[in-house]
Amino acid sequence: MSKSNTILYLDGVSVSFDGFRAINNLSLVLDKGEMRAIIGPNGAGKTTMMDIVTGKTRPDEGEVFFDGQVDLTKHDEAEIAMMGIGRKFQKPTVFESHTIEENLMLALKGPRSIFPALFHRRSAAEARRIDDILGIIRLGDKRGELAGNLSHGQKQWLEIGMLLAQDPKLLLVDEPVAGMTDAETEETARLLKDIARDHSVVVVEHDMHFVRELGVKVTCLHEGSVLSEGSLDFVSADERVVEVYLGR
Amino acid sequence: MITGRFFAAGADRRIAITILILLAAAIIVPLLNLAVSPASAFYIPSYIVALTGKYLCYALLALALDLVWGYCGILSLGHGAFFALGGYAMGMYLMRQIGSRGVYGNPLLPDFMVFLNYKELPWFWYGFDHFWFAAIMVLAVPGLLAFVFGWFAFRSRVTGVYLSIITQAMTYALLLAFFRNDMGFGGNNGLTDFKDILGFNVQADATRSALFAASAITLALGVFVTWAIVGSKYGKLLMAVRDAESRTRFLGWRAENVKLFAFTVSAIIAGIAGALYVPQVGIINPGEFEPSNSIEVVVWAAVGGRGTIVGPIIGALLVNAGKSWFTGALPEFWLFALGGLFVAVTLFLPKGIIGMWDSWRGNARAMRAASLAEEAGTDPDVPPPPKVVRSAATRPGDWSASGPEPQPAE
Ligand SMILES: Nc1ncnc2c1ncn2[C@@H]1O[C@H](COP(=O)(O)OP(=O)(O)OP(=O)(O)O)[C@@H](O)[C@H]1O
Ligand SMILES: [Mg+2]
Repeated sequence: MSKSNTILYLDGVSVSFDGFRAINNLSLVLDKGEMRAIIGPNGAGKTTMMDIVTGKTRPDEGEVFFDGQVDLTKHDEAEIAMMGIGRKFQKPTVFESHTIEENLMLALKGPRSIFPALFHRRSAAEARRIDDILGIIRLGDKRGELAGNLSHGQKQWLEIGMLLAQDPKLLLVDEPVAGMTDAETEETARLLKDIARDHSVVVVEHDMHFVRELGVKVTCLHEGSVLSEGSLDFVSADERVVEVYLGR
Repeated sequence: MITGRFFAAGADRRIAITILILLAAAIIVPLLNLAVSPASAFYIPSYIVALTGKYLCYALLALALDLVWGYCGILSLGHGAFFALGGYAMGMYLMRQIGSRGVYGNPLLPDFMVFLNYKELPWFWYGFDHFWFAAIMVLAVPGLLAFVFGWFAFRSRVTGVYLSIITQAMTYALLLAFFRNDMGFGGNNGLTDFKDILGFNVQADATRSALFAASAITLALGVFVTWAIVGSKYGKLLMAVRDAESRTRFLGWRAENVKLFAFTVSAIIAGIAGALYVPQVGIINPGEFEPSNSIEVVVWAAVGGRGTIVGPIIGALLVNAGKSWFTGALPEFWLFALGGLFVAVTLFLPKGIIGMWDSWRGNARAMRAASLAEEAGTDPDVPPPPKVVRSAATRPGDWSASGPEPQPAE
């Protein structure tokens, strides 16, 4: 397989926790600009796959490449984030004792060392960018509120907003619609499709209605490797997938 | 912008007031001690000046601890070590100032070295006859130790209880080291019998007043610096690391560097506090490295209110005033009282005195606003509704629909 023109390239990746193989010879390729939905039962290894890509977990074996040439297994979380991989956690994680605006401020692309942060003054360009993002994630009227006071769904959106502020090339979005109403879920699908126009995106989600809404290629993981891949109709007609989902 | 924030309302105003009080005390207390006749009701006796000067040093130490504990969640149980190291650096300068006035009259060697048969001054005592050199060491030694310690600890991602334990081990190791006579720091007697500081007699009232003023001014400066740090973008980051460390990493921040900077700055502040403390109490010995000392500092910060700037100062002053009273009246009960205090604060005042004050004020304000609104028949235009507004809400469903957790008042 050629790595050129891929944004994310995993080949033969395995990782074990105390002898338990959470990821087992996983291969997954994402083209530049592509959006991919990943489904799979609980414990399939979806989150662990993201841990590997973002440097939180080191694979025992296998290749993990970003942008065709960067070996991600040689870098740590902060370096990988700076290269342009953003990640939304499964459990929405925002800075609860800061306001929405401050959350975005800390995520905003820019230097990441101590002294610039110590003497930082918000520029007009930064203020504009924050306004833009607040508009996109529809939290403009709550900008001064503490993030801890947001609803679960709003936290998900704020975290997506923080990813946007980071301006990554690749977004890994873990279960973005958990805890959302149907209307919010639809909004989120629209938002992600919007983002996918100029970013590569990997979305993990259990909500099939939402995955259908996205209308992209689907990869089904099971026991740490790819079980089936293709359009949602193809994957959901795949007998092995049906078995895995029903046989639980 | 900084000055704008400085005079703003709320927590910032409280900090401005604290700084003003400290600066005023730096002038008024020495005046009332030196310029007022002892017969006057306004006279402040010298021992009170020395005692409060000592408390101010403790307050600075508590503030330093709060920068890492309250704002970054690093529960250091070894801050007493940085305080003691700053104290030893100052103590070494004071020893060298004794000159040939020691018991043995040796112009070069301090008494304890003559007693222990030292033939010459150990190399690490060089330079301490100069005040400027000692002053640099007061900053450099605690700062460097904290930097090296933090470099390894934070890089290996030691957190929580484990970090607390190794900070405790650090101060314990230093305690054992400084107890040894062959370390060259006076063994268990430590450094004492000081004569002069910068050419002035350390025992003189004027010198004591000057040291008090220096402590008050330094504490004011410490408050300002801490306030500027926690108000900056870096300060927001510090709290972000405290609340969601992995989130900061995946945003590209190096959480270990964020912690390392705060830890080093905090150790330097603690060292300065120790350096101001030693000439006022007249002695520094290995007992200052005692692990229980570092734990006491945590209690001060917790009592006053961690994660605030004024809280640790109030906590340090109150607890130490209590300690002075207790050790006079019921000495054997002090440790029980301290332990009981810590348990009580953790259970009943998780946000300390400042937190309690704020929620009390918040409730009072909300109650006033609610009663005003009732009279006027309109919704009150007040910031977030604390508990009282909830119960005062006349239309049910109003608050259940938009019912996030009640916010802190500031
Ligand atoms: N750090 C770890 N230590 C031990 N086991 C782990 C660790 N991380 C993940 N696992 C295990 O690996 C397996 C895969 O977990 P993972 O979180 O990747 O699943 P998932 O597909 O994201 O599931 P879900 O849909 O529930 O989020 C699980 O059985 C989990 O218990
Ligand atoms: Mg998961």
